Amino acid sequence: METVVFLIPLFLLLGSGALGLLALLKTRGVKVPDRLVSYIAIGGPVLAFLCSVSLFQKVGHDTFHAFGWNWILAGDAWVPVQFTVDQLTCVMLLVVTGVGSLIHVYSTGYMKGDGGYVRFFSYLNLFMFFMLVLVLADNMLLLFVGWEGVGLCSYLLIGFWWDDIEKAKAGMKAFIVNRIGDAGFVLGMLLIYRTAGTLSFHELRAFVGENPDAFLAGSGFFGVSLATASCLLLFLGATGKSAQIPLFTWLPDAMAGPTPVSALIHAATMVTAGVYVVGRTNFLFALSPTSMIIVSTIGALTAFFAGTIAITQNDIKKVLAYSTISQLGYMFVAVGLGAVSVAVFHLVTHAFFKACLFLGSGSVIHAMHHEQDMRRMGGLAKKMPITCATMTISALAMAGIPPLAGFFSKDEILWKAFDNDLGHGTFLWMLGMGAAFCTAVYMGRLILMTFAGSCRADEHTKAHLHESPRSMTGVLAVLAVGAALIGFLNVPHFLGGHAAFSSFVDLAVNPGAHEAHHAGFATEAALAVMSIMVAVSGLFLAWRFYVKDPTLPGQFVEKHREVYEIVNDKYRVDEFYDRSVTKPLVRLADATFFKLIDRRVIDDSLNRLAGVFRWLGARLASTQTGAARTYVAVMIVGLLLVILSLFT
Amino acid sequence: METQAYLVVATLIFLIGATGFLVRRNILVLFMSIELMLNGAAMLFVTFARQWQQMDGHVMVFFIIALAAAEAAVGLSILIAVFRLRHRVNVDELTELKG
Amino acid sequence: MLSLVLFLPLFGALMLLLVDKSNEKLIKYGAFAVTVATFLMSIPLYGAYEAGGASLFQLEESADWIPSLGIRYAVAIDGISLLLVLLVNFLMPIVVVGSVKSITRRYRDFYVLLLLLQSFMLGAFMARDLFLFYMFWELMVVPMYFIIGVWGGKPRIYAAMKFFIYTLAGSLPMLVAVIYLFMKLRHQAELDPELTASYSLEALSGLSLTLKEQWLCFLAFGLSFAIKVPMFPFHTWLPDAHTEAPTPGSVVLAGVLLKMGGYGFLRFAIPMFPNAVEQAVPVIYLLAVFGIVYAALVALVQTDVKRLVAYSSVSHMGLVVLGIFALNIDGIRGGVYQMLAHGLTTGGLFLLVDMLYERRHTREFSEYGGIAKRMPIFATFFIVITLGSIGMPGLNGFVGEFLIFLGTFRVSPVAAIFAVSGVILGAWYMLATVRKIFFGEITRDENRNLRDIDGREIALLCPLVLMIVLMGVVPGPFIEKMEPSVRAIVESYQSAIGN
Repeated sequence: METVVFLIPLFLLLGSGALGLLALLKTRGVKVPDRLVSYIAIGGPVLAFLCSVSLFQKVGHDTFHAFGWNWILAGDAWVPVQFTVDQLTCVMLLVVTGVGSLIHVYSTGYMKGDGGYVRFFSYLNLFMFFMLVLVLADNMLLLFVGWEGVGLCSYLLIGFWWDDIEKAKAGMKAFIVNRIGDAGFVLGMLLIYRTAGTLSFHELRAFVGENPDAFLAGSGFFGVSLATASCLLLFLGATGKSAQIPLFTWLPDAMAGPTPVSALIHAATMVTAGVYVVGRTNFLFALSPTSMIIVSTIGALTAFFAGTIAITQNDIKKVLAYSTISQLGYMFVAVGLGAVSVAVFHLVTHAFFKACLFLGSGSVIHAMHHEQDMRRMGGLAKKMPITCATMTISALAMAGIPPLAGFFSKDEILWKAFDNDLGHGTFLWMLGMGAAFCTAVYMGRLILMTFAGSCRADEHTKAHLHESPRSMTGVLAVLAVGAALIGFLNVPHFLGGHAAFSSFVDLAVNPGAHEAHHAGFATEAALAVMSIMVAVSGLFLAWRFYVKDPTLPGQFVEKHREVYEIVNDKYRVDEFYDRSVTKPLVRLADATFFKLIDRRVIDDSLNRLAGVFRWLGARLASTQTGAARTYVAVMIVGLLLVILSLFT
Repeated sequence: METQAYLVVATLIFLIGATGFLVRRNILVLFMSIELMLNGAAMLFVTFARQWQQMDGHVMVFFIIALAAAEAAVGLSILIAVFRLRHRVNVDELTELKG
Repeated sequence: MLSLVLFLPLFGALMLLLVDKSNEKLIKYGAFAVTVATFLMSIPLYGAYEAGGASLFQLEESADWIPSLGIRYAVAIDGISLLLVLLVNFLMPIVVVGSVKSITRRYRDFYVLLLLLQSFMLGAFMARDLFLFYMFWELMVVPMYFIIGVWGGKPRIYAAMKFFIYTLAGSLPMLVAVIYLFMKLRHQAELDPELTASYSLEALSGLSLTLKEQWLCFLAFGLSFAIKVPMFPFHTWLPDAHTEAPTPGSVVLAGVLLKMGGYGFLRFAIPMFPNAVEQAVPVIYLLAVFGIVYAALVALVQTDVKRLVAYSSVSHMGLVVLGIFALNIDGIRGGVYQMLAHGLTTGGLFLLVDMLYERRHTREFSEYGGIAKRMPIFATFFIVITLGSIGMPGLNGFVGEFLIFLGTFRVSPVAAIFAVSGVILGAWYMLATVRKIFFGEITRDENRNLRDIDGREIALLCPLVLMIVLMGVVPGPFIEKMEPSVRAIVESYQSAIGN
């Protein structure tokens, strides 16, 4: 069993290494056939997927540990390289390798003919490798390897077309914003290690179970408990990786990468890492109601605000980017409330429909000759039927139309938000409903602007419109089927289901948990009906604005110009950071530190000291006449003085 | 008594050398004066070595002789170089090392 | 065995002096052979040193040297010395291979000086006699001074003088303190027949000093080490020295010479003056933390690649000091590990910068841009080593950094917060460097025909990258060797301050 666990990341590491070597050889003029590259590139993820399936079949109610080697000696104990497979890991493994494999297959079509074909797949494999390390890791330190690793790969992939300096900058921004979060994560780890003496998740869970008081003690910072402090630090890391307020600004820029990368980052890997970590450490969050309130509130706020931004964007990928941020907000609402299995379920459904939407948009962009502005699209349904159909299914799924996947997962989150006992249920629920409305509007808008009506592209593009190759559409179809059906894995009790998925994941994150008490099926059903109504009205609004009367959006903007501009400018958060953090820091570094302290204060004062000695030396040098006899005369006088002093 | 006589002679030789160095200008003579001073010092060493019946003083004299020889070799070659350059060996004109 | 390793480069230097000055090939191959032989001979040291053996210092060799003054030739290694010795000997062949193109004149003198430098550095790491240590410590400066002053860039004389005088200003007070300690021991030996007057480190560490004496000696020793590390505000010699030094010089300077400071703190300052150290820790912490952030920010605004790497060195070495003065096991372990890691990554970065310099004869960022297109293999190496330097988990920098954070956090969470933010800035300036050099369109015509690195350059980078990865993935073998020494330092410190 252990070998299988290690094989999963190993396949991808080997694939990435081999492809990397091939890429370097290619720069030296060695011919590398694309077919070979595709086989290696797809082989790793597919093999990993097969291994994951076999693990999934075997895991049942158990947990596997696979010990590799001792890694870092911290204090008196080694932190090992050790993998653990439990139910949560299994689900993540299946999503990452499953959706990841599909994205790889799609990319072989999408990236065909690109100069960096080999390099691209090397990075893509590496990305999955780090993500697998992240979900398999038994301890936080090893998880951090994957955590930073996906940050690195996002840097490499977002800046994949680095001849465009703006894209290179976007990659760098992603890495650095992530690093800010990572700093929080590291500090959280340090705090946890100091308190519990271990970083292993299951040991930590046991520790917290036995002596929760250790974490309830004050941390010395503003009177918060250690649990709250460490949870909030971890959460800071999660906001970086999962693009939540306040560190979400990198994700929209990450659209600079090739579209399959966006799909990989947004759907299967990376951004879900934050949700995963908070879910993994849910026992710690359970000790700190404060942090739970903060996490769920930030999640809800992000969901709502990102949703409003998404409505105003015209770039098809930007809309999807903000929708990811918004959906991740939902997941944080759920994990923040301790409903990990619900969050993970949304993660899974989201992986399907978001991957489908991104890859679909890639297909559109491919057909439109890299046009991403929806204002120049329209009427593509006839030319690209498969893309249109799959994307529409996914969009409806995301908007929460039953019985597609998104309905089940999102509704469950809204229900949990309403029914929490932390005292801010209604507030969360209203924000969530607002976000759901936004979701329906921007999804409807995206589909309608792209596929409905008449084509607004120029003649040249119009003439070349075509459906994408089968490697791409096939993947879209598989994902769309997933987006449509996967919700049935977790049909809630009030609809007569068994919530099979939740109880499976709960084995890992809430061992021994009983079915939580319910406010009653009636309330839950009523809420569900309300959320369906919100979704439908959102879609209707989109139809009204963008199909029925396309002049309406313009009029609306005219009427509320100021509001529109702020939202369209993403609330100017980027500009705010730039003005309040980046620029002052650079100014401080350049003017104060380098030019003033280093140059003026330290170096100048030292040079001046040297100058004093030089001046003294010049004065004293005049005593050296160069006449030998003077010297001798002085010497003899000195000698006489010495003798004299001896005799007195 | 015997020792004191030697000391007086040695001091005299040293003083003659020192005076010569101060009053003459010809480099060649200056060398001879230095030689005189060195010999005065060497004589002191020998005197005290004999007085205390120890070999250290004799050893030092060997050093002085060797030093004097080396100095003469280097000094005279410098002297020749200077003479070639200036056709004179007046020490007061040689103030190249003025600070 | 130790003496053999120690004197082999010195012997090699003498042999090189016998070779005809114009025989370039023989000189270069000869220097390479000597450094490789030294490295090969130091590998068995790793096996021979038993961590957790009966005594901490092993493979001891000693002989009387100047008996009337109690000076002995005594060398031995413990885990920390072992690793640093290996670092020196690992880097040296790489430095030689890296310098064959960039050193174009007076190469015999250059390699003689380089080999001398190697011997002196090894001596300083091995010495068990304070006088011997001091001698090597001072001797090291001499070849470095000439390397900067003869083969350096334009204002090389200024840089060389600055380096020399800074170092000397630090080490002369240390000499006074060394002599003072010896006199003190001799004084006690007159009263106590069991003691003998010597410069032996064991005997000197056994001295009982008053707090005032400890403070004075600590200041004298500490200043010297702080300049070498270098700690803020004694760091301004480093950017000049690094920038002007020929690249092999920069590599040795960053790779090994800076580590002398950290090593000195660990080996001398902390064990001999624990009570003064205890009181000085807050100030040192303040300087180290400020230095980390300060140097990182200054690095951010540099326009010269070498100067940027130099400031990044200051920042990273600040982390080392932070770890060492956490004075707990994690911190010191991390400090030592970070010294090794930094030696490899920064050495590597300087080599890389030199490869660029050889091609374009400039180190200004503005002269580059987009060259990843022309030099993809070079870019790959550059990015990997950069990642090692900014503490990417799975590479060597992370292990040290994490342990330092852990050690620091136990002592002062606030300091840890600042140190961690220094690491964010580290990612910022290093990635900005990568972006400015490699990404975007090629804007200058001179860069259109750059050739990628050749076999020799790949061959010299490969071992570095291999070690960077190895030290990140399996740090165990390195940590295990230093473990007893680290524990001994912490325990002796704890017992000295009565804890």
